[in-house]
Amino acid sequence: MPNSPLRICYENQAKLTEFADWILPGQFAGLTVEHQAVRQRAGLFDISHMGQIQLTGPDILTHLERLVPSKIAHLSPGMAKYTLLLNEQGGILDDLIVYAQGEGGVKLIVNAACTTKDLRWLQQHLPATIHLELMHGALLALQGPQATAILQTLADSSLAAIPRFGHLMLTTPLGTVWAARTGYTGEDGWEIQTEPHVGQALWHELLQKGATPCGLVARDVLRLEAGLHLYGQDMNESTTPLAAGLGWVVDWHKGDFIGRTALQMQKQAGVAQKLVGLWGTGRRIFRTGYPVLAEGKPVGHVTSGTLSLSLGRPIGLAYVDTAWAQEGTALTVQVRDQALPVTVGKRTFYRRAG
Amino acid sequence: MALTYPDDLRYTPSHEYVALKDGLAVVGITAFAVDELGDITYLELPPVGHQLQKGERFGTIESVKAVSDLYAPVSGIVTAVHEELVDAPEKIAEDPYGLGWLVKIQMTQPEEIATLLSAADYQAQLGG
Repeated sequence: MPNSPLRICYENQAKLTEFADWILPGQFAGLTVEHQAVRQRAGLFDISHMGQIQLTGPDILTHLERLVPSKIAHLSPGMAKYTLLLNEQGGILDDLIVYAQGEGGVKLIVNAACTTKDLRWLQQHLPATIHLELMHGALLALQGPQATAILQTLADSSLAAIPRFGHLMLTTPLGTVWAARTGYTGEDGWEIQTEPHVGQALWHELLQKGATPCGLVARDVLRLEAGLHLYGQDMNESTTPLAAGLGWVVDWHKGDFIGRTALQMQKQAGVAQKLVGLWGTGRRIFRTGYPVLAEGKPVGHVTSGTLSLSLGRPIGLAYVDTAWAQEGTALTVQVRDQALPVTVGKRTFYRRAG
Repeated sequence: MALTYPDDLRYTPSHEYVALKDGLAVVGITAFAVDELGDITYLELPPVGHQLQKGERFGTIESVKAVSDLYAPVSGIVTAVHEELVDAPEKIAEDPYGLGWLVKIQMTQPEEIATLLSAADYQAQLGG
């Protein structure tokens, strides 16, 4: 089982848990404390398990463009885009961020559980002139309204000038790091990749500067509140971007890409089920796999659910038959022995101010 | 933070405890259960007057991480339910063996107490 290079930084302070074959911090001081830190100040996560794939060679973006439904060939160095890898049926192999770097280099950050599969897929579909390397760096996520100010104290250039999805190399007193203004919490923040020993020093330094250590439990609540999909739960190889509410990722004005024909057919025929937001009341959580009912009949299932600490109510994502997917539709979720009323609504449950 | 298991209580393998007080069995969940669950978000308890068999499910406790059923450590009739905790279940964690009590049971078979685990046995089970 792989270990994060940052494990020695926190193994005595965190409750450890297994995720995608990795041992990672599930929780530090507790969900409420960690959640509040990210929403109001800054939280620090170890995300070294995520697949860090470095691509080198000629015309990478041009070749990669055929593997994703978004336009990425024009991405300027220092910018990035959220996109998907699709199979021929339009099913989602993974979601990822493509970071365009100087001199034609490209970095991909992919889901931990998909890393091996993605590497194989990329090898099959990219020319042999493109070299793929799986990096084993430390990857930290510093997230929250104070994240930029905290990171700025260590940075040699202005971070305020970097837009969302922008990224750059930084020289810090601890060593060189790569920092991207991306995240999985719905807040402003940074994902920082560096050598393991620099990452360890950075972990301690960022905590020293006021960041709160956070675990996977808080990360899951934060991402769900922000309406961000979790691969393997809210989408998989048998769901398409059109069903998963990721139609915005698909650019129909670009050239051919893997899965395009299947998606076009699905667009014309319509999708059978759609991923929707479920807004509950009370405190009872609906969880992955729970049935969703309309007029007492099953019309779908929950893929993610939690108690939103920002809203004080249960929230979740569910695939439901398209006829029942309209915002405002009243449904119920079967939570063990109770049918709980929910309303179909936006998938973005929480949006930060400003 | 070290988890504690008072010697004067009795325990179940499913992480409930029983405190004997004024002839009643006061039932709650152990510090281990509280720690495992993490922040508690939901609690469901039976009404006063509900009759329970030892081992029967009497409620549900949930956290963001998990759902757990609560099982009656002894047979009897529920004489008191800690209603305040239903509205604020996170308070269980502050004092699981005191203000975090869940129900009080008038035992119909007091000899069942002897079948429950001692603090030492319960801790041995956790260690194993």
